[in-house]
Amino acid sequence: MSDLLTAPVKTSTGRSLRSEEMIINMGPQHPSTHGVLRLELVVDGEIVVDVIPHIGYLHRCFEKHSEHMTNYQQVIPYCDRMDYVAAMNMEMGYVVAVEKLLGIQVPERVEYIRVIMNELQRIASHLIAAGTYGLDVGAFTPFLYMFRDRERILDLFETTCGARLLYNYIWVGGLSHDLPPGFIDKAKAFCNYFRPKIKEYNDLLTFNEIFIKRTANVGVLPADVAIAYGCSGPMLRGSGVDWDLRRDDPYSIYDRFSWEVQIGKGEVGTAGDCWDRYMVRIREMEQSLNIIEQALAQIPEGDIASAIPRRIRPNAGEVYVRTESARGELGFYVVSDGSATPYRVKARSPSFVNLSVLPEICRGSMIADVVAITGSTDIVLGEVDR
Amino acid sequence: MSPQEISEKLQSQFGAAILEAKIEGIIQPYIKVASVNVNDLALFLRDDADMQFDYLMCLSGIDYGKNVLGVVYHLSSMTKRHKITVKTDVPVEKAEVPSVADVWPTANWHEREAYDMYGIVFTGHPDLRRMLLPDDYPGHPLRKDFKVPEFYQGMKVPY
Repeated sequence: MSDLLTAPVKTSTGRSLRSEEMIINMGPQHPSTHGVLRLELVVDGEIVVDVIPHIGYLHRCFEKHSEHMTNYQQVIPYCDRMDYVAAMNMEMGYVVAVEKLLGIQVPERVEYIRVIMNELQRIASHLIAAGTYGLDVGAFTPFLYMFRDRERILDLFETTCGARLLYNYIWVGGLSHDLPPGFIDKAKAFCNYFRPKIKEYNDLLTFNEIFIKRTANVGVLPADVAIAYGCSGPMLRGSGVDWDLRRDDPYSIYDRFSWEVQIGKGEVGTAGDCWDRYMVRIREMEQSLNIIEQALAQIPEGDIASAIPRRIRPNAGEVYVRTESARGELGFYVVSDGSATPYRVKARSPSFVNLSVLPEICRGSMIADVVAITGSTDIVLGEVDR
Repeated sequence: MSPQEISEKLQSQFGAAILEAKIEGIIQPYIKVASVNVNDLALFLRDDADMQFDYLMCLSGIDYGKNVLGVVYHLSSMTKRHKITVKTDVPVEKAEVPSVADVWPTANWHEREAYDMYGIVFTGHPDLRRMLLPDDYPGHPLRKDFKVPEFYQGMKVPY
């Protein structure tokens, strides 16, 4: 007993605490950690000295499962379950990688439908990110408005493939279903409906003074740190780095559309603060609408199943393909040994990498700010843990 | 720079440490390097004016079977807009690779994951703990010879 009382308290990284420091455990069950993330906070009073994230509570052995499937197609449902609020983006990343390994060219119509679905999904995902972020810092109402509008996107997905969350829609070489009759009109109607709503969010939340007070100048992530830590997506762009894989390393047919990459400029605080990361997402929704509208206007007729291979058996080889998911650079490293089962599938998930910078930007902030910073990184634990 | 130029420059700089450079007849070119030179090479790739590989996209462990483990580094440069893949092999009995966490901080978590899943020890890593699995988990499950234990902490594993 006396040993326990006198032994120095250590963090899980092995650092002994100074006498004025204290460890506070946040999570894994905590509303602001967006899932099962555990943060070990070392605090000195109200000031955060260090943050040690503990992950793995939602680890479902994605990579091990992939090696035990009977074919490449069966991995797709597991990809869905990685980032369960942006499942289309996950499927897209994996499918693009396998198609590159196989050397398949998919029909034009398939490419257009994929882009439309991916951008709709990006809007839906950013709506969750922004809505729950408001919730994190104490604004309840915008969350309801954003979920109301996300519902319309899920309805579009439901009419297309029957599922609202986990689609298994994008297949290697094609899609599971063609667009249903009337989809294009419904999608156009959604764009017209949604565009004015962005202003509504801005009035409700973005430029709300309390919201700005909670998020501006908080959790500033400098651009060089963001790059060194491999941050991507809105996290990287929020720090003012003009980088988007849809434009800078184009895949599918993204090079055909005109749209602008949004970056954080530090309008209400410092460039790279929580508000900037939030604002990049809001502005990206508008850009996604631009892409969707162009794609809807250009979409050609055609057969969506003509390039679906009967048997997927790539030659021995490997490929690393990165795509821009709603959270950033989603990479799939797929290794084939010439058999029908993947030899190795490594998923480089954006949330995993974005989360690793959290200790760096939390040091020196208040405990309440850790909630604001974690929310602004927009992690999905299904994808962090895989 | 094209992969060809990158590999020529690396070969002139590191000589025999570059074991193999496969550029042609493959989807993505790669360079294979002796494991002891990984950190020096990483530093050169990041800091050389022609290379400027500032962004480590991905770091993966892999089990090639026949008692050989590997680490694969996928690098890209935001300023130069080029990419390269670097690979290294280590035997299972002495699975040690120098850490590159001091070169690219993002490697910290990737290396912890590779250690967790493959048991590759990254020497010089600041905090090499398990990443995704419990601290007391037996073995490294992504190795090809891994057998799911029948019992874990006295509990029957259901399948």
